Formats: sequence, structure tokens, C-alpha cells
Amino acid sequence: MGSGTSTRHHFAFQNAERAFKAAALIQRWYRRYMARLEMRRRCTWSIFQSIEYAGQQDQVKLHDFFSYLMDHFIPSSHNERDFLTRMFTEDRFAQDSEMEKCSDYESIEVPDSYTGPRLSFPLLPDHATALIEAFRLKQQLHARYVLNLLYETKKHLVQLPNINRVSTCYSEEITVCGDLHGQLDDLIFIFYKNGLPSPERSYVFNGDFVDRGKDSVEILMILFAFMLVYPKEFHLNRGNHEDHMVNLRYGFTKEVMNKYKIVSTMRCKTRQKSEKQMEEKGKANRKSSAQEPIPWFLPQSRSLPSSPLRLSSYKAHKTSRSSSIPCGGCLDRRELSRQVRSSVELELERCRQQAGLLVTRQKEEPSCSASEADSEAGELQKPTQEEWRQVVDILWSDPMAQEGCKANTIRGGGCYFGPDVTQQLLQKYNLQFLIRSHECKPEGYEFCHNRKVLTIFSASNYYEVGSNRGAYVKLGPALTPHIVQYQTNKVTNTLTMRQRISRVEESALRALREKLFAHSSDLLSEFKKHDADKVGLITLSDWAAAVESVLHLGLPWRMLRSQLVNSSADNMLEYKSWLKNLAKEQVSHENIQSSLLETLYRNRSNLETIFRIIDSDHSGFISLDEFRQTWKLLSSHMNIDITDDCICDLARSIDFNKDGHIDINEFLEAFRLVEKSCLEGDTSECPQATNAKDSGCNSPGAC
Amino acid sequence: MADEKDREEIIVAEFHKKIKEAFEVFDHESNNTVDVREIGTIIRSLGCCPTEGELHDLIAEVEEEEPTGYIRFEKFLPVMTEILLERRYRPIPEDVLLRAFEVLDSAKRGFLTKDELIKYMTEEGEPFSQEEMEEMLSAAIDPESNSIHYKDYITMMVIDEN
Repeated sequence: MGSGTSTRHHFAFQNAERAFKAAALIQRWYRRYMARLEMRRRCTWSIFQSIEYAGQQDQVKLHDFFSYLMDHFIPSSHNERDFLTRMFTEDRFAQDSEMEKCSDYESIEVPDSYTGPRLSFPLLPDHATALIEAFRLKQQLHARYVLNLLYETKKHLVQLPNINRVSTCYSEEITVCGDLHGQLDDLIFIFYKNGLPSPERSYVFNGDFVDRGKDSVEILMILFAFMLVYPKEFHLNRGNHEDHMVNLRYGFTKEVMNKYKIVSTMRCKTRQKSEKQMEEKGKANRKSSAQEPIPWFLPQSRSLPSSPLRLSSYKAHKTSRSSSIPCGGCLDRRELSRQVRSSVELELERCRQQAGLLVTRQKEEPSCSASEADSEAGELQKPTQEEWRQVVDILWSDPMAQEGCKANTIRGGGCYFGPDVTQQLLQKYNLQFLIRSHECKPEGYEFCHNRKVLTIFSASNYYEVGSNRGAYVKLGPALTPHIVQYQTNKVTNTLTMRQRISRVEESALRALREKLFAHSSDLLSEFKKHDADKVGLITLSDWAAAVESVLHLGLPWRMLRSQLVNSSADNMLEYKSWLKNLAKEQVSHENIQSSLLETLYRNRSNLETIFRIIDSDHSGFISLDEFRQTWKLLSSHMNIDITDDCICDLARSIDFNKDGHIDINEFLEAFRLVEKSCLEGDTSECPQATNAKDSGCNSPGAC
Repeated sequence: MADEKDREEIIVAEFHKKIKEAFEVFDHESNNTVDVREIGTIIRSLGCCPTEGELHDLIAEVEEEEPTGYIRFEKFLPVMTEILLERRYRPIPEDVLLRAFEVLDSAKRGFLTKDELIKYMTEEGEPFSQEEMEEMLSAAIDPESNSIHYKDYITMMVIDEN
């Protein structure tokens, strides 16, 4: 009755209340956990992005370094002069010998034992599809066919205008893809999911096909093959990675050398012979022409193939026309350059006429440079500063939220452009919107500037397995963009979000710790400034300030602190032991001075790039002398403090061939971090992968 | 006295830097504003653990008079600083969390079935959205027993945090 039921009700009520509160508590805790995970994900992204862009800044600085050398360096010896001449002159890339080398494929024999695809020209669609299948099965295309394909591709590219037009008829669709960066899995997935290129299925690839990923060669082969098979429907635009200097740093050159080793070693043997020949030639040249060494390393002078390739990394979409691209000066024969330039003018004139603009040429702002080009028609072979800047602007710039236009200091090249600039451009040329690439986005794509600019990025898992999706965009007759996303790695499907974020985060932190180590000396002096009493301790707040002032990465250091610094008592950090621990983590040689090691790490990328430049015949070896000269050049311009003796000791401590040559790869490998044992896509080694199904091509990630 | 005031100033200055850092991670347009939907993430990543209800109240405090969908840093900073100084919305200790699970596990089995977890999380307290529920299940549920062994689950999550 009375108290009995009420007690029962009371308990019931209490129980219900307790359950409610318990649930609320769990939810509260869980939401906080997820929020912190989200924050970690964003920070990780920032780390990768800022390190990537800092690397690009380095690239631009390196380029400036070479320009500076060209203008100011006075070689103090016969050796040095030769060294520089080899580095800087166009001799080794002389158009004639280049074409010769390419057409030399005929002399290369393909053994019967070769089971890979064989190409014959003119290419047929079957050849192109056979390439995809062969590469999917990890076969390698024989050097002869590679060279043959390059030769044919070059012939095709040379006669293309700067601006190409693709139109959507009633039933056609155009698919635009962004950066691929040597990630073959993504390309295969796109063709698998979206269909192979055909007369009814147009494709545009927005540059950055190579570097960073491990299958740049294969990607190029496939893309070039389809371009030759369907010249009207298959289009390639140039990205900032279609550039020799960038390739030297970011891995494409290395990949080519590794995959086509036999050709390289052959060259090494003939090297000494050709060195002698060069000397003769060099002497002859010096006597005859007063020709200035043409800077082969400028962005527009070299790309793959090495013809005057100037395509746009912006693919402005068209109902009628595309944005103009400056015709960067051609470094080849005058003939060719005039031809190409005039075709650009004609094209632009036609565009203008169609737009109802006045045909008389006026000096407009950089986006329309044909006027400048024709004013110099037939004169300079060398690209002007202005033209070079325009190309850099097109290939390196990023959109920003604010109005206006300012220098892109983070990347070191190009600019940031605002919605007003976009609006102006679109209005001027009567365009609907702009599709561009160049920036990695977590979802594979991003709209900005009131949906007038679309960034499309097709390399999934770009920074690390699980870091981002890739995407491509389809345009129908109405030009409404339809986006498809994917993530091509079997492993990502089996991981929870938490695990995915942890993996990516670990990778980012490792990269960041390496960077910190590379600046140990600077960090130490900065820490000391905060330690006036010389106690050996600084506050964690000072730590954050010091680190930012040395690295300039603009990262949220206080958010990252718990993962970079072991929790210390009462908020103070013993900075010397912290730095020591950082050093211990890196692979090191005990017999090498730690400050030297630090310098090596900091300049590793530059070093590698320079080495590869010196290694002009791509043999993989440089001489001890060249090695020393490299260091001298670097240290003089970049204020690196290393004595000659140190360099010699260093060289001696590394095993190199007794013939006085240094294997570049060996040298660089000695200073690499231990690679993570779980490789991308290799499920057998990865503990977290469980029954990853192979659906033929790839298991596409959830879209 | 003077010393204490100095110390408080230093603490406040440090809080300001922390808050600014967290805020900037979400300030995509670099104009000192963030989307209001990210405020919860920012506050939580600064060490606080508010309920959804408390979060809504906070947002109301930092929003513009005419809500724009964006929160300005100038309004956010003083409010957040105060929260940190007062040590409001403290995180939940491990043992309290464990007891909460034990309350739901009235039979004291050491686990909750998948259905039980779903029921509690989507019908009680401040219910999860479907997305939140799915995400929790993906990590928490042992596929063989179709249940969550909450003690292990908590241990795993806590290790991950550190």
C-alpha cells in the first residue's frame, strides 16, 4: 500500500535518475574525447602542410641560390669553372642531342625474356589499356618503349597550343582530375570507377603527375599513351611539379634512376669518355660563341618531356574559352619559339574576337601576356623575368579568403589571390568558374570564392595512410560539378577513426621531431635566452615561444606540446636533456659530430637536389672532388659552418667505392630515419589489417 | 599582494596564448572568427568537459546579438579565460567513468550488450546522434561477443589520450 509502493517508486525513480545521469556522464566524456581527436587531426594536418610548404620554400631558395651563383660566383680555379659550366650550361641539354637521345630507342634491344607490354606506334587503345593492366601487375615497361613513347609524346606536345579547348556536347561528360603525385593506385581507381578514356569520355588531368609517390613513371606512361590515342579528348595540364628542379628534389628523378638502373650504369661507364669529349667541346665553345649559358633550371625550361611545354595548371572551365597562359620563352630554336608564340597569339585573338573584345592589343595585367610576347617575337630566346614570374604565378598560387593579391610567402612562389581577383578574371574572359589543384584537401576537394573556384586533388592518403581522401569532378553539358571521393588503401577501411588519426599523427610528429633535431643548435641558444639564471630549466610557455621563433612553422605548439615534451614537474623543462633525447631518436653515426649531423639533416633535401644536378649523367655516383665542391658552394651561400676537414672526415666515414666515387643513395640513406615498418598498401606487414578483400583492382574506400 | 597579482597575470597571459592557439586552428579565413559549430571542439580541447546544455549556454554568451553563425575571438577570449581560471567543467576521472558504466550494467556482468549501449546512449542523458553512435560502436564493440567490455574500453581510450 502506501509506503511500500512509494518506496518502490522512489527506488525506481532513483534508478532511472541514476541511469540517466550515468548515460549523460558517459556522453559528456565521449564528446570531449572526440573533440580532442578532431583537434589532433587538424594539428596533424597543419604539421604536414607547413613542413611541405617549408620544403617548397627551400626549393625556391635553392633556385635563387643558383641564380645568384650564375650572376656572382667567380670560380677560383680551372676545376671550379668546369664544375660550374657543367652545372649551368645548356650543353648537356642541347636540343639536338636531347632529340638524339630520345630517338635512340631504336638501338635498344628488347630481349625475348621480356614479358611486359610491347608498344608499337601509332598507339591503339588496346596498348594503353594493356599498360594499365601490366602496371597493376607490377610489371615494368622496357626502357626502349619508354623512350619510344616519350619521343612520340614530345612530337605531339610540341605542336599543341598553350590553350586547349574541350567542349561538352549533348551527351558528353568531362572528368577533371587533380594531383596524382606518382600514386598509381589512385589513377587505376579513377579509371576503374569512372571508366576508361574514350571519345565519349573526356579527361583533363591538372598537373602534378609525378614526385613523392613511387609510380610516377607508370603514371606518365599511362597518361601519355591515352593522350596519343585520344588527342582530342584527353588533356594534360602542367603543374608546378612538371619541372626539372622540383623533380630532382621530390623524387621523380630518383625513381627513374632506380627503375632504369641498367641504363644509368651504362652511362657511368661511358662517363669518363664523355667527360673528355665535353672538355673538347667546352673548349671549342668557349672560343667560338659568346652565348650566355642558358639557365636550364628555370621552371619553364624543363619539364617532362623536355619540350617547351607550357600548359596551364588552372583549367578554367568553359562554355566558351579558357584563361590565357603566358607563352614562357622557348629555349629552343628560334623557329619553334616563333611558331609557338604566334599560335598563342592567334588563339587569344580568336578568343577575344569571340568575346567581342577589341582586337587591338593593349598592355594588360599579367594574366594576358600575348601582347608582351609578340612585342618580343623572334628576338629573345631567353624567357624574360616577367614571363618567368607569370609561369610561377600560374603554377604555384593559392586562393585565399581575403580580397586582393599578395605574395605567397609560405610556398615561396606565386601569390595568394582573393575572390575579387577571381571575379575579375572570370568576368573578363566570360568564364563560369575555375578548377585548379595544387593544394591537398582532407576531402579531396574544396570550393571557395563563392563556389567560383574548385580545388580538386586526386592523390588520396597523400601525407600518410589515412590522411585525406582523393576526388575527381565530372562536368556534364550544364557544367554542374559532380564530385566523387575515394580513399585507396585497404588498410584504412579496417581502422577505426581513432586508429587512423593516430597513425597519421605519429607520422607527422616524427617528421616534426626530425625538424626540431635539425635545428638543435639554434634551439639551444634560444632556450638559453629564456634561462637567464642558467638553471637549465625553462617554462613550457617559453619553450613554445622559442620553438616557434626558430622554426617559423606557425604551428599550435601548446596544443602539440604534450606529444613533443614528456610531462615535466611543475611546468618546467630541462631543455638540454630534451634536446639530447631528440638526437637519440634519429639514426646517427657515433663517429660523426652531432652538429654536423644536424646540419646534414637540415640541408638534406638541398644536398640531395644538388647532388643530382651534379650527377649530370644520372649514374648515381659523384666524385669525391665534386662532393667537396658541393659543400663549398652550399656553405658559402647558405652560411653553413663546416670546415673542409669535417667534410673529408665525413666522406671517409661513409663506405664508398674505392675508386673515389660516392654513391649518392648510399650517402643519403645513411642519414634517413628508420622507415616505418608498415608500408602503404602492404597488408601482410600491417598488424591492423584484417581480411582486406581484393576486388580485382582496389577496394575503393567508402565515399 | 604584488607577487600574487604578478603570478595571476602570468597565468592569464599563458591562458590567452593557449586559447588563441586553439582558436586559430579553426580560424580558416584568418579573420579572428570561427564557425559556431566548432566552438564545442575548441572548448573541449582546452581541457574542459561541459555538457551539451552547458555548451549551449556558453555559446549564447559569446554569440553576437544577432547571431551570424560565427563567433569572434574578442568575445570568446574573456569568457574562455574566466572558465579556465575558475577551472570550470573539469574532465571526468577514470574511476567515475567506470562507475557510470557499472550503474548501467545493473547485473554486474562486466559488459554491456551492443543493444543496451545503443539504447542508453540514444535514449538517455543527452542522446547521441546516429553518427556519434556509429562511431562509438566501431571502436567499442567487440565483434565476437557483440558487447562492450567497458573496463578494457576505458583503459584503451585513456592510454590513447596520453
